[in-house]
Parts: sequence; C-alpha cells; structure tokens
Amino acid sequence: MDPKTYKFDTLSLHAGYQPDKNNGSRQVPIYQTTSYLFDDVDHAAALFNLERGGHIYSRISNPTVGVLEERVAALEGGTAAIATSSGMAAIFLAIMTLCESGDHIVASSQVYGGTANLLRLTLPKFGINTTFVKPRDTEGFQKAIQKNTKCIFGELLGNPGNELMNMPEVADIAHNAGIPLMIDSTYQTPYLCKPFDFGADIVVHSLTKWMAGHGSSMAGIIVEGGKFNWMQNDKFPSLTKEYEGYHGLSFAEEFGPVAFTMKARAEGMRDFGPCLSPQNAWNVMQGIETLSVRMEKHCANAEKMVEYLLAHESVAWVSHPSAPDHPDYELAKKILPKGRGSMIAFGIKGGKEAGTAFINNVKLASHLANVGDTRTLVIHPASATHSQMDEATLKFAGLSQDMIRLSVGIEDIDDIKNDFEDGFRAAKKPKLVANK
Amino acid sequence: MKFKVNNEEVFASTGGRPFDKNKPLIIFIHGSGLTHMCWVLQTRYFAFHGYSVLALDLPGHGLSGGKSLTSVEKMADWINDVIDAVGFNQASLVGHSQGCLVAVECASRYPNKIQTLSLMGGAGAIPMNPELLALAENSDPKAVDLMMDFAHGPSGHFGGHPVPGLYHLNTGSMLVQSKEIKDTLGVDFRACENYSNGFEAAKKLDLPTLSILADKDRMCRLKDGQKLADHIKGSEVHVIKNCGHMMLLEEADQTLAILKKFILDKYPIT
Repeated sequence: MDPKTYKFDTLSLHAGYQPDKNNGSRQVPIYQTTSYLFDDVDHAAALFNLERGGHIYSRISNPTVGVLEERVAALEGGTAAIATSSGMAAIFLAIMTLCESGDHIVASSQVYGGTANLLRLTLPKFGINTTFVKPRDTEGFQKAIQKNTKCIFGELLGNPGNELMNMPEVADIAHNAGIPLMIDSTYQTPYLCKPFDFGADIVVHSLTKWMAGHGSSMAGIIVEGGKFNWMQNDKFPSLTKEYEGYHGLSFAEEFGPVAFTMKARAEGMRDFGPCLSPQNAWNVMQGIETLSVRMEKHCANAEKMVEYLLAHESVAWVSHPSAPDHPDYELAKKILPKGRGSMIAFGIKGGKEAGTAFINNVKLASHLANVGDTRTLVIHPASATHSQMDEATLKFAGLSQDMIRLSVGIEDIDDIKNDFEDGFRAAKKPKLVANK
Repeated sequence: MKFKVNNEEVFASTGGRPFDKNKPLIIFIHGSGLTHMCWVLQTRYFAFHGYSVLALDLPGHGLSGGKSLTSVEKMADWINDVIDAVGFNQASLVGHSQGCLVAVECASRYPNKIQTLSLMGGAGAIPMNPELLALAENSDPKAVDLMMDFAHGPSGHFGGHPVPGLYHLNTGSMLVQSKEIKDTLGVDFRACENYSNGFEAAKKLDLPTLSILADKDRMCRLKDGQKLADHIKGSEVHVIKNCGHMMLLEEADQTLAILKKFILDKYPIT
C-alpha cells in the first residue's frame, strides 16, 4: 500500500489550482485587482481577525499569487509559502520576521552580492549584525553563534565560487543552538534539492532565476518547512508571545507549522509591502510548468561545459561540483543527486584584462547581471555583482579578479562552445598600445 | 491557554480571545494524531462572536502534557473532566473524525452536560486498515503519508487552501509529526480500532445533533457518516460536495457556515 499523492512533475503543473472553482478556466486566471468585495461587515471583520481565509488587499495576498505560493510549497515539501516582489525582498522579509534590533545572524561568506550588502551594510543600520563564515568552515558556523543569534543563513552552492555548504551538519549546529537554518536555494530549485530534506527550516528563492527561467519576471518566495519548534526557547518572542497587532495572538500557538508564514504575511506584508504582482506570479508559473525539463538540459549542458573548460588552454581553473577534483564532489553527489546546477565559475588566463576581452567578444552568451535564464549568461563578478566589496572582502567571499561567472543556458552545446572559442581567441590577442 | 486536568497540563486554543466563564462554552475535539490547529478556521469565528472556545490538544498531543489516552471511552471521560476543570457545567461539542467518536460517547455518558453535538467526518465505528495501523504503531512516516492521501479530497491533493499560501498535505503531515508518531497517531488509531460502542451510544442521544459529511471522504465514508446520523434522533445532515475527510480545512468556509447556523440556532448566546 503506497500513498497516491501527486509527484513532482504533476505538482509543477497542477499544485495550488482547481479549474472547477474558477469558471472552468484551465489556466490559472490573472486576478489583476487591488481588492476584494466583502459579503458584509461581519465577513470583513472575520478576514481582518484571521477568523477565516481569503483575500482583502493584493498587498497582503492575491489569488493568482496564492496559486504560485502553494505550488512552490508543494514542490519544496513545505507547509506554506509567501511570494515577494524579488528574491532580495524574500530575504529581507524572512529576516525581519525572525529578527529584531539587537539580534545577530551567522551567514555564509559566499552569497550573492546583494545579499552580502544587505547583511553587511544595511541591516546593521537596524541593529541586526552578521558574522560571516566561509561555507566549507562547518566548525566556524558553530563558533560564530552568539546568545542573540537568530538564524544561520547560507546558499547551498555559494555565489559565485560554487563552494558547497555542508547543509546537514550546519543544520545540526543550528538546531543544537535552538535556531533555524535558512537556505537560499535559488541555484538548486526544488528539482535538484529540497533543503527541508537536509535539515533546513526556511527556504528562500529568487524565483526570477531558474524557477521562472526565461529572464522575463522578477519574483521571490519564502517557504516554511514546518518542523522548527518556535516555542522550544525564548529566542523568538514575536512568534511565541502575544502580538498586539492581532488582539494578543500567539502565531506559534495558533498556527504551529505555518506560524512563520502567517507572521510574515500578517505583519511583514502589511507593514513593508514587498508584494508580487499577479502578472509576474503567472509568468513564474509558466516557467515552473517546465522546470524539470529545463533543469535536466541546464545540468547536462553545464557538465559538458565543465569538460570543455577543463580541457581548454586559456582556462586557469574551473569550479563546479560535477568536476571530480572539486573539493565538494562527494558531498554534492549526496545532496544534489540529479545534477549539480548550471552555474560555473572559471578563471581565465591573463586575469581581469583577459576576462574583460572575453566577455566583450562573446556574442551568443549575454553579458548581464542575472543567472538562471534559458539563455547562456556571463559576467565578471568583481567588476559587477560584487563590485561594492573591497579586495579583502572579495577574497573572503571566494572571488578573484580572473573569475568569470557562467550561467549555462539550454542552447545547443556546440553553439555555446563555438561562441566561447571566439571569446578566448579575443582574450589571447595582444593589446594594441600606441607608440610613444 | 494552559490549565490542569487530572494533574496534567492541558493546552487549548481559545480562538484568539480571552477565555470567559460568562459565555457559552464550545469544545472542539480533533481527530487521530492531530492537534488544536486543525480547527483554526472555525474557532476564531466563535471566539470573536460571543462564545468561549476551547480547541483542545488531547493528552500527549500538540502542546498538552501527559500520555495519549488509549480508548475512546477514556477520552470521553477526559472531556467531562475538562468541562469541570474550567468551571462550566455544560458545553457544546464539535468533533472531527475520531473526535466524533469521543463526542458521541461523551454525550451519551454525560447527557446533562452536553448541549449540542456537531460531528464532522464522523462514523459510528472507525475500523483501521491493519497495514496502516501497524505502520502508525511503528512510527513509520509512511503512515502519515497514507493518512494525508486518504484524508484529503481534491482540494487537499491539488491545493487551493482557503488561507493564501498554505499547502494542505504538508501542513497536515507536520501537525501529525509534531510528536512521535506511535505515541499519538498509533495510540489514537488503536483506540479507534478497539471502539465498538458508537451506534449504541448514538441511540441514547437526545440532543440537537449536526453531521457534516463529505462525498469524497475516504477515511469515514459518506454512507458510514449517514449511518451514524441515522442512529441519532433528529440528526441534521449536510453533505459537502467534492470534498474529502478534512472538510474543516478543505472547505472551511462551507463548514463554518453550516456550523454557525446550527450553533447560533441550537446553542444561542443568552
């Protein structure tokens, strides 16, 4: 006897939506509306008091966005999700739901440049400070925890260096300290890894990337695992104690495995308002429908590109956990059995100057500040996404001046390689210098 | 709120309003392995509309202390003890699934205390599939997966939770797994398997009774719920279409509307 619940590919297409409740519309309707009629005063009061479910105002929730939220929760194995206007909005909302002034975060040093700036420069202005630890320094996470630490945060595969955090061990460290592990799983998507299976408690995504997949729409999401017991200690009073904003409600007592999401929506969306537009939610869902198919091609192309780059005379080094000599090769096989993702970092011989020439001379690969598009993308992080970092911070974050970040698309692999040949050829050409 | 019953700490949600001894009491009794949280889309309404609400965590479940009670009869007596412990001499009971067995048994044992019964996804007996029972008693998570499959209808399986962003199957799964499976679900399933007095208890009842049933219920099938209702004098029956066993969440608005009408009529605020 086995459960007959729907599996990943089916959930990608169907989760969160029933046509017969929406005039038979097979596609998810786009509810392009700001607000929703109340049946009467009692109905309005019931919605505002959280007595019943439903929609009030699209800053708080929206039916189209709600389908996306349920779909991602289903795919991740989470209890609930809340979508946001971008991945950065998701990280901000998640942190502000957990933390108060005077709190502390332990974070991986190898994270997206925007995240690093939020943690390093912006959150201290609100009294929330962060200690950074290199992603492979598992013991370092333990040592960095303070009495006021409220979570460990990291990207499973660090951006851009592709260093892998030992998520199960770091999760144990977090749980032994009575705090949750928050993972930015943008690079993996739930197709490659479900962080809740490895001990994570909260997952955030920039849906803008592989989940949406087509480089058209900004979106983010927070997903709650539902296992973390907020009431095990007194570290999270805003979740466990009476909340004045809802007549003395205790989110943890009342909502248990969905308490974090309920608070993020009832307080965070209400007060900060980083809501997702229904049109963008719909666009993201179009991408999610083909997530499995695209991720297989992304990963297959990435592994071919790793082989190509490793053998190339113009390449100084390659970092991708599918390469047998990658320090995290074995761990990646365990945590990412379906594929190691399509982000590759490599160093070009000739340093920053050669890197600049390479990027300026590829034609098929797009030079832009995004990852996870169906198209192949390249960027020089030290002069773009991570340019706000000084030399020492760059080094601590695992970046170097010769590093090129490659997001492998799903074009024909021969065309990507041919394009790179043009780039490498240009990078090797001697630079013209005017005669004095 | 927390209080003591038989020297063990008990947790009950009061629906977001302070517990008030001057308002009529409604007690919500959850099903096997679950907790007070499955009632959140019913309890808060009544708490904000003139009733005192206790959505209980049965002993050993959720935030309550002690060990799970091993029979439906013991659970029925415990509900009576709860009413005494909070200083009331009467209450209305709302049960779901196993909670219906408990409510019916309690009302038959304490007819002077129980004012109305509201039964959701109930039956006169809930015999267990032997494989599912064994899995639960061995704390096998597959028991929870199977329970979530059987307990949900189309809304649960596809989604469409009344509260934006919540996903039925995984939320239910986490509720059940908040404690050791064998200590809650395993004990509860065994109590259901062993209980055989449902129809006899039902025949003794003489109080306003509501049955809310669902046509896609695979845990307590519609015909089994109807059979229980047929044994209760004057029982009112409502059938929710295209819905599974977890009607209190899958079709929370419909469930609440039926429950509101019944309770406001049969157990009004005086």
